[in-house]
Amino acid sequence: MTEIPEHLLKRAQAARDKAAADAGAAAPASSDAPASDPRIPAHLLERSKAAKTRVEGDAGAVAVAEKVGALVAAAPSSGGIPVGAGPGGHTQRLLTVVKSGSIQDVKAIPVDKVHTWPHLLAAEFVAALACTAFLFFFSIFVNAPLLQLANPNQTPNPSKAPWYFLGLQELLTMFHPMVAGVTIPGIALFALILAPYIDKNPSNKPEDRKFATSIMTVHLMFWAVLVMIGSFFRGPGFNFVFPWRDGLYFEL
Amino acid sequence: MAKVIEDPRPTAKERLNKTVDGVQGSQVWNSIFRPGSIFRKGYTDSPRNRSYVIMNSVLYHLHPVKVKRHAVKVSYTLCLGGLSFFLFILLTVTGIFLMFFYRPEATAAWNDISSLQTSVAFGLLVRNMHRWGAHLMVLTTFLHMARVFYHGAYKAPREFNWVIGVVLLTLTLLLSFTGYLLPWDQLAMWAVAVGTNMMGYTPVFGSQVRFVLLGGVEIGSETLLRWYVLHVLLLPFVIVIFMAIHFWRVRKDGGISGPL
Repeated sequence: MTEIPEHLLKRAQAARDKAAADAGAAAPASSDAPASDPRIPAHLLERSKAAKTRVEGDAGAVAVAEKVGALVAAAPSSGGIPVGAGPGGHTQRLLTVVKSGSIQDVKAIPVDKVHTWPHLLAAEFVAALACTAFLFFFSIFVNAPLLQLANPNQTPNPSKAPWYFLGLQELLTMFHPMVAGVTIPGIALFALILAPYIDKNPSNKPEDRKFATSIMTVHLMFWAVLVMIGSFFRGPGFNFVFPWRDGLYFEL
Repeated sequence: MAKVIEDPRPTAKERLNKTVDGVQGSQVWNSIFRPGSIFRKGYTDSPRNRSYVIMNSVLYHLHPVKVKRHAVKVSYTLCLGGLSFFLFILLTVTGIFLMFFYRPEATAAWNDISSLQTSVAFGLLVRNMHRWGAHLMVLTTFLHMARVFYHGAYKAPREFNWVIGVVLLTLTLLLSFTGYLLPWDQLAMWAVAVGTNMMGYTPVFGSQVRFVLLGGVEIGSETLLRWYVLHVLLLPFVIVIFMAIHFWRVRKDGGISGPL
């Protein structure tokens, strides 16, 4: 048998106590209770009484008019159990408690979701607007570079690749061009593509992924530092310079 | 007896309302705007209309009707993927504008850019936006990749979408690099010279790769035409296909990852 939850037992006990107390208090008044019960409107009592007397007249049954009052007061008027009440004066009985999961078992875990409109679209709209505004005002105040017409016979010193390739150009100063230009970036790109197949750890919690996070951070920092050096610390002849001493050799 | 004559002419407001009702009730109007559209018959906020807004809009139905609650927090995605896509659209729009004033010939390219900046209305502004937007897109795409990695969002079932993402990052770099040559100034030409020299060291078929990319042994007018076509047609075409797969897979793989 299913165990009855404690709070329901408590509630039943409280109701039982209350009914007992009410019965004690209402017992003396129960003889003339029917007409004076404040909880039932007078006209309803009158109507009920009229109906009862009609039934009485038809079938010659015992007077039940007094019983209405007794029932409402939840107290037996003549020592008996009121009509429609269970043991102990309750009008409802707890048959059984069916716990969720004992009959139906829901496999899918409910996910806390919100409507895309307005919750996501509003944020996206603001982000797009902010991005446009930033780009607009930046473009008003900062002009894109346009140097002299291209001249194949005049090599600028230094000649630099676009900033995102400056890490590779920096590697060129240390390694053979094939290693710097093809092998290392090739390996890096393949490692990146294969990352989800190498990383077998199923968790996405940061505390479970300290190794993966460290490796990636080292990888990203490696390129970031190379790009920084290539961008700001390389001057004429791609020699090492300090931008605050020798000036900036960098165009976007 | 004095007869009260009511003014039979409706007020301007009544006439306007009647016209609006007539237009919004017409078959043509209802055939253009699907249910839930704010243009159809006004928008009242209800769960049904919130769903309709997404389902019945060609733009918004990239999104599902509902998303996980943690996913709409700006601090989770920082909007980086969405902003990369938005910047791509912005670059397409500004790029189309620039195409009206640009000829990919060694003799004309630099002059076209120069006169675009000085004698075309908003020419300088649009060129600036295109340039800075391109750099910003490289940055946001890169940061998006870092964000996805640090959230472990590439794990099953999203492994292949990560691979597509790496392809998109590479394509973004190539788009930016091909665009770099087009102004045909000293900066463009020599940056590309450095870059393509590196490609020439590809083992086995290095010099062939370089020859195909440059349209010759040296950077010249053919290179400019090639990179122009790559920049405005081929690479955008390819990247749009990969973006479509990328966005489609995001939904098919169960929406955005997490929560952590």
